[in-house]
Amino acid sequence: MDIHEYQAKELLSRYSVHIPRGGLAYSPEQATYRASEIGGDRWVVKAQIHSGARGKAGGVRICKSDSEVSEAAEYMLGRKLVTHQTGPRGKLVSRLYIEETVDIRQELYLGIVLDRKSERVMIVASASGGMEIEEIAEKQPDSIIRAIVDPGAGMQEFQAREIAFGLGLENSLIGKAADTLIGCYRVFRDFDAAMLEINPLVVTRDNNLIALDAKMSFDENALYRRPEISELRDKSQEDPRETFASDRGLSYVGLDGNIGCIINGAGLAMATMDMIKIAGGMPANFLDIGGGASPERVAKAFRAVLADDNVETILVNIFAGINRCDWVAEGVLKAIREVGVHVPLVVRLAGTNVEEGRRILADSGEKVIVAETLAEAAEKSVEAMRTFAERKH
Amino acid sequence: MAVLLNRRTRVIVQGLTGKIGTFHAEDMKRYGTKVVGGVTPGKGGQMHHGIPVFNTVKGAVRETGADASIVFVPPPFAADAIMEAADAGLKLCVCITDGIPSQDMMRVKRYMRRFRYEDRMRLIGPNCAGVITPGQALMGIMPGSIYLPGRVGIVGRSGTLGYEAASQMKALGIGVSTSVGIGGDPINGSSFVDVLKLFEEDPDTDAVVMIGEIGGPQEAEAAEWARHHMRKPLIAYIAGLSAPKGKRMGHAGAIISAFGESAQEKVEILRDAGVTIVPTPADFGPTVAGVLERREKAA
Repeated sequence: MDIHEYQAKELLSRYSVHIPRGGLAYSPEQATYRASEIGGDRWVVKAQIHSGARGKAGGVRICKSDSEVSEAAEYMLGRKLVTHQTGPRGKLVSRLYIEETVDIRQELYLGIVLDRKSERVMIVASASGGMEIEEIAEKQPDSIIRAIVDPGAGMQEFQAREIAFGLGLENSLIGKAADTLIGCYRVFRDFDAAMLEINPLVVTRDNNLIALDAKMSFDENALYRRPEISELRDKSQEDPRETFASDRGLSYVGLDGNIGCIINGAGLAMATMDMIKIAGGMPANFLDIGGGASPERVAKAFRAVLADDNVETILVNIFAGINRCDWVAEGVLKAIREVGVHVPLVVRLAGTNVEEGRRILADSGEKVIVAETLAEAAEKSVEAMRTFAERKH
Repeated sequence: MAVLLNRRTRVIVQGLTGKIGTFHAEDMKRYGTKVVGGVTPGKGGQMHHGIPVFNTVKGAVRETGADASIVFVPPPFAADAIMEAADAGLKLCVCITDGIPSQDMMRVKRYMRRFRYEDRMRLIGPNCAGVITPGQALMGIMPGSIYLPGRVGIVGRSGTLGYEAASQMKALGIGVSTSVGIGGDPINGSSFVDVLKLFEEDPDTDAVVMIGEIGGPQEAEAAEWARHHMRKPLIAYIAGLSAPKGKRMGHAGAIISAFGESAQEKVEILRDAGVTIVPTPADFGPTVAGVLERREKAA
C-alpha cells in the first residue's frame, strides 16, 4: 500500500529526519493561506499523487507570489496527472502540499528496500541524487552504496557512518547523516514498510540534510497491526476496478485487454493469462479467487470482472482441489443467474469430480462454452471474443 | 524414498483444532500420512478427531516422537509457530499460512540460523501448497488424486499451477517422486536451489520440473546452480509472460522490480544454463515426456 509524500514526511519527521516546512491544501485559497503561514517569498506547490516523476507531468511548481501559488493550485487540483508510473489513465490530484524552498548544494539518493537475495532490509544510497535509481544504476553504477541490516540487531551506527563517508559528505555532516539514516531505517522497521525512498535527500547551503521528497509503501500483510498506516489509504489513487475487488476480498489487477479472467491460484492465473496471449488475445485482468471457490466468491468475481466495460469474454479456469468441480459448476451457474452475463463465457474445470462438473454445465441450458484443457480454454476464449466483438461493432 | 517426506514420517499439526487444520489433518490421514498429534496452546490433553492435542510443540515431540510439523496457524501467530517448531528440534516444517508479514519472516530466518546447519530445521513455505510424496504421504493441501507415483520431482511456487503440471503428466502416465511447493512469498524457507539439491541427490528421482514465476532472484540462482551441479534433466516453466512491470500478481513475491525478474528474462537465463523450457502452460506433459524419452534413448 502506497501513501502520499506529505504523509511519509510526517512519519519521517517523528524519527528526527529533517523535512522542509509545509502544509496541506485542498483548494487554491488554502494553498495561499499555507504559503503565508510558512512565510518567505518562494514556495513549492506539489501535487499529491501516488507516483514519482510528478515534476515532468506538471505536478511540481515553484512559485514566487500568492497569485502564482493560487494559479498553480488551480491548475493542478482536479487534474489527472499522467507519469510513466501511473499508466495512461493517470492519477487524480485532490490534495496539494505547499512547502518552503530550500537552497540546495548537493542532491543524494537514499532508498530502503527488502532485498530478496539476502532476505534482509537493504539500504541503498548514492551521491548522484535527483535521478531515478534505475538511471543511477545505468549511468553511475559505481556511485551506489549498499548495506544490509541484521534484523536481530538493527542498523548500527558504524553502518550509517560508512554510508555517510561513502557518499563523500564533509565531516561536519557525518553525525547528521547517520541520524537521518538510522531514523529512516527505524521508520521502515516500526511501520512494516516495504519500500522507502528519499530522492533527493539534499545537503543545503547552510549545511543541513533535508528530505526534499519522500515515498513509502507498506507490507499489506502487516497492516492488521499498523492501524495508523491503514488509515492513510487513499482509494482515489487506486484503479477503481481494483478497489471494488479488494473491498470484496479478491486479488485483482486491472490490465488493458478484453478477456476477463476468473481463476483459482495466482500461478495458474498468470499461466492462463499467458496462454490467452499465446492464443492471440489480451487478458483484461488478473483475478485469483483463492482456494475455496464458493458460489458467493464466484459471484463476486463475476461482478468485479464485469465492472470493466472493456470485457468482451469471460474465461473461468478452476482447478478444484479441496472443493469439487460439481460444486464449482453449481457456483458458476448461480453466479450467471444472479449477476447476468452479457458476454460469452468459457469455463474450464479440472480436478476432483470433473466429469460431474462438466455435465452440470452442459445440462444447465445456459450458454456456457465448456473447455477441457488449458490450451482449449484460451483458444475458445479468443475465438468467442472475436465473434462477439465483430457482432458488436 | 523420494525427498523430505515418506510413509514413515511422523507429523504433528500446529493449529490442528482450527477449521482449516481439522479439515486438512483428516485429509492427510486419509492419504496415508502418519499424523501423530496436534498443537493448540490451551487445548493440551484433549483428543481432536482421534488425534491427541498438546499445548507446546516440545510436548508433542516428547510424547509422539514426531519429526515433522505442518503449520495452519493464522498469519499473526504463524512466525511464532515456525520458531517453536525449530526450537523443538523438528527436522521439517511445512507452513501453509498465507499472509505472514515480511519482517516476521526475516525474524524467522534469522532465528533458524542459531542452529548448526546439520541440526537446522528445513522450512518449506510459507504460503504454499505443501509437500506430497505420491502413494506415501501428504503434508499439504493438494488433492492427492491428481498425482501418480513415479520418478519425476516437481518444485514450484504456485499451488494450482503445480496441480496443472502434475495432472498433465498423469494424463501421459508420468508419475511424481515428490512435489514440493516453496510458496509465493518474497521470503521463504527453502529456495528452488535448496529443493533442487535434494532431488539431485535422490536415487528415486530421474528428472525435475521447476515451476517459477515473475519476481525475485531465485529462478536465476537455480539456473546458475543447475548449470554447474545438476546432472539430472531440469525442465522449467516461468509464469507471468503477460505481467506488466511494477504490478503485483497475487503472490506477495510476484512483482517485477529489478532486471532479471521478468518472465522473458528468467526464461533466457534458464535456457542459457541448458534447462529445457516448457513453452506454454499447456505443454508440461509433452515436454516432460520428450525429455524422459530422450533420456531413455541415451541410456
